[in-house]
Amino acid sequence: MTPTLAHYITLSAILFSIGVTGVVCRRNALVIFMSIELMLNAANLAFIAFARHRGTVDGEVLAFFVIALAAAEVAVGLAIIVAIFRKQGTIDVGEIRFLKG
Amino acid sequence: MSLVFFYVFAILTVASALCVIAFRNTLSCAFALVSTFFGVACLYAMLEAHFLAAMQVLVYAGAIMVLFLFVIMLMNLGREEILKIKMSFVGVLGILIGGYLATILLLRLSGLTSGFPQLANFGGIREVGRAMFTDFLVPFEITSFLLLIAVVGVVVLARRET
Repeated sequence: MTPTLAHYITLSAILFSIGVTGVVCRRNALVIFMSIELMLNAANLAFIAFARHRGTVDGEVLAFFVIALAAAEVAVGLAIIVAIFRKQGTIDVGEIRFLKG
Repeated sequence: MSLVFFYVFAILTVASALCVIAFRNTLSCAFALVSTFFGVACLYAMLEAHFLAAMQVLVYAGAIMVLFLFVIMLMNLGREEILKIKMSFVGVLGILIGGYLATILLLRLSGLTSGFPQLANFGGIREVGRAMFTDFLVPFEITSFLLLIAVVGVVVLARRET
């Protein structure tokens, strides 16, 4: 008995939903970033499962690009969070309102 | 046998992902995220994407988590700021939205019951590299520009205003 495509896509859907829940529920900006990483990982898992299913490496190459994008996104996002923390003294997204949101 | 391994890694991944969004302490969240990345890397290896599994551990569990931990240590969040999360209307709404999304995604999966084809030399570094440097050469170069822009942007953003 081996896992099928549905197993991997189900796991990917569960991971993505956990990530969405984290983004909506948590107010700590760092944890929101970690939840975004969870969602990117879920997308990568779906890419690779479908690539394995179709027998091509295109999905794997796309997963590489997603990893590179995640690295760039984390670097820029953490720099923004550090700048906000330096200015406001907090990273609680409920209390950061200099954009009048 | 491989189904057993799949369930072990899947439960590890989902449990630590739940820990990421449930723990109060940001540092605990970061370490749970490391565990999630390792679980996902194991699943990549089970899908015969060996090179990608190695990259997952190197880039995610190595580089990205070091950045996260560095920023967490840098901010030195106080205890009261960590414990301020409470169950609010928005929190309940978020759990409902997440559950709804999971239900929609899972209901779509009823047709995907086929297994994986047997392939030789699927996820090796040779095949991935060949695809990356022939079919995906232009996106590869654009990715290098993206990383360059990110480096410059981070230096500009994190510079102390004088």
